[in-house]
Amino acid sequence: MNQPASAYFIEERHDPNETHTLAVLVQNEPGVLARVIGLFSGRGYNIESLTVSETEAQKHLSRITIVTTGTPMVIAQIKNQLDRMIPVYQVVDMTQTRRSIERELAMVKVRGQGEHRVEALRLADAFRARVIDATTESFVFEITGNTDKINQYIDLMRPLGLVEVSRTGVAAIGRGPEGM
Amino acid sequence: MSDKSHDPNQMTGAAMIVRALIDHGVTDIFGYPGGAVLPIYDEIFQQSEVQHILVRHEQGAGHAAEGYARSTGKPGVALVTSGPGATNMVTPLTDALMDSIPLVCISGQVPTHLIGNDAFQECDTVGITRPCTKHNWLVRDVNDLAKVLHEAFYVATTGRPGPVLVDVPKDVQFATGTYHPPRKSDVHRSYAPRVKGDATQIRKAVALLANAKRPVIYSGGGVINSGPEATKLLRELVEVTGFPITSTLMGLGAYPASGKNWLGMLGMHGTYEANMSMHDCDVMLCVGARFDDRITGRVDAFSPGSKKIHIDIDPSSINKNIRVDVPIIGDCGNILGDILQVFKAEAKKPDIKAWWQQIAQWRARNSLYYRKSNDVILPQHAIQSLFEATRGRDTYITTEVGQHQMWAAQFYGFEEPHRWMTSGGLGTMGYGLPAAVGVQVAHPDSLVIDIAGDASVQMTMQEMSTAVQYELPIKIFILNNQYMGMVRQWQQLLHGNRLSHSYSEAMPDFVKLAEAYGGVGFQVHKPGDLDGAIQEMISVKRPVLFDCRVASLENCFPMIPSGKAHNEMLLPEQANDEATAKAFAGGKALV
Repeated sequence: MNQPASAYFIEERHDPNETHTLAVLVQNEPGVLARVIGLFSGRGYNIESLTVSETEAQKHLSRITIVTTGTPMVIAQIKNQLDRMIPVYQVVDMTQTRRSIERELAMVKVRGQGEHRVEALRLADAFRARVIDATTESFVFEITGNTDKINQYIDLMRPLGLVEVSRTGVAAIGRGPEGM
Repeated sequence: MSDKSHDPNQMTGAAMIVRALIDHGVTDIFGYPGGAVLPIYDEIFQQSEVQHILVRHEQGAGHAAEGYARSTGKPGVALVTSGPGATNMVTPLTDALMDSIPLVCISGQVPTHLIGNDAFQECDTVGITRPCTKHNWLVRDVNDLAKVLHEAFYVATTGRPGPVLVDVPKDVQFATGTYHPPRKSDVHRSYAPRVKGDATQIRKAVALLANAKRPVIYSGGGVINSGPEATKLLRELVEVTGFPITSTLMGLGAYPASGKNWLGMLGMHGTYEANMSMHDCDVMLCVGARFDDRITGRVDAFSPGSKKIHIDIDPSSINKNIRVDVPIIGDCGNILGDILQVFKAEAKKPDIKAWWQQIAQWRARNSLYYRKSNDVILPQHAIQSLFEATRGRDTYITTEVGQHQMWAAQFYGFEEPHRWMTSGGLGTMGYGLPAAVGVQVAHPDSLVIDIAGDASVQMTMQEMSTAVQYELPIKIFILNNQYMGMVRQWQQLLHGNRLSHSYSEAMPDFVKLAEAYGGVGFQVHKPGDLDGAIQEMISVKRPVLFDCRVASLENCFPMIPSGKAHNEMLLPEQANDEATAKAFAGGKALV
């Protein structure tokens, strides 16, 4: 314990980080996303992925899905801090429920000719990626799946002439008949 | 004109603002006019129900509103213009957020069509104040204004109280719309703070309390925010259980300092007995406090052997710094009532005689000891004299931030809540003088004293002019040591006594300064003159600057050095030898 001369106790935390997916139901009003993002940057939390869209237009409800990492204590803090914001209705830890499905959509542009082109198509087939645009020297694939699957697909496309990737970020929903 | 002109609820946005203030029982507001709030000032001019106090700087308006709120339990209201008016409010808003003070700030904004154009005196007020308010709103339609204003008051004063801001563009102030009085549907459905504590958790808490051998109650500002009932119940709980009680800086006065179970304040400059009790206790009951880093010291050595019960209205306070065993979320007055009821029905006073004997031994260390002098006024002695002179009077104390603040907390005994206004969380130098203005507006016939430091008080000195204008007889009691004392203390303890820019070489003549403002000045050098001068100060019915020249190198002890635990306090008798240097990791020898 060699503390530097400071007015603050500088703590070393050794708890391992966990990755959690949070679904946040909010009132869709000006500034609500800025509040949520500002909370993360202001308090030094991580955002791995963030997806937001209005889900119930009549009620002005939006759903924000955030993938974040932190120690269990930090994750609990994040949930509590989100929950106490005025326009936030509900925060559900999709990871903690262990009964959620996570999906992400990516569009992947690959440029190449000859054997590379054939290989790209073959892999696309194996990953159930669809061709949504094609020229004589390129494809744009659309692929849906969990984050790992998409990462793997992108890694495979790299040597075959990967040009660019656009990803939506993670959306998550619970299994079974109950809503959140 | 149409028929609508006869509808009393048809009015301009500016009129709605004044009307909403009246509907929420606001009688005094603090503000400063400017281009983007002129329509509101025009409305204020034409009525007499809301008194407007003109400050000299918007920061002063914010702190005055805080002092008003803290001393009354009602929300404080500030009115400022766009741009610099709003940015000057950032410090008080942050201060109020940290200390959970209900504050409603109304700011003017440039007309809607100019927003985003870098117009004159434009700034992104809601963007800037988003992280320093509990919530804020930009009102773009005059027909939303009534709802937003009512919601603003509701959000500021319920749950964990805090500051809110409503930004109103000038065209919205001019526009005519429909006003409605406050109603339930004005509030976000998503906002529903929990009041009642969970019954199972309350039973668990009572079981722990009933079987405690070495209990301690650690109360905070939440008890005071909860209202007089919470204070009453806290005192009753102490009586019923016979437990010792300590408090945070913000919580002073909830339990009387003359009470027999009082341990004094805890934390970095708390008493030895309070901190040792926290460290060695087996059951800790935390009521409306948040385990702040000035309280806990080293977190991994914080009260290692205790079961911790934490009552807080804000779920995000639970397990933030310290993991607790029995969290109870809700209003602490409500929960204290439930705990008392269960305790009285099912438990009896635990026998903790041995614990009190241990506490008596710690008390005997006399951790607030200081050596008195006949030649020079010791700051601790000055506070004690002030306390003796004002004891039994209807007195309110505010402070600035630094050594004088800690000495005030240590040596001024608070018997009642709402009597102590200090900037705890943010530590805002310059808080005390404008806060005293706000307190005096709320309590015109009471004695209001700002215990100040010479450095802090110069940050908001301009508000003396406000005090003179409104004939507010605030007393600014300056412990003048010509240093930024707390900065210097840290430099001495931690930075090899290199006193980098902590000495004020050009000190104003506070007596002349007081006179220049139209107030009264005193200066005292000798301990023998102190009591008489204080009596004279109290009897003066005008604003006073009291320049109390104190020992310039006195430091504030006892102290938990950084990185140390509660049981590693530095006591005054050890403070001037090698032990000090040793106690501070990385610190150099003291001079």
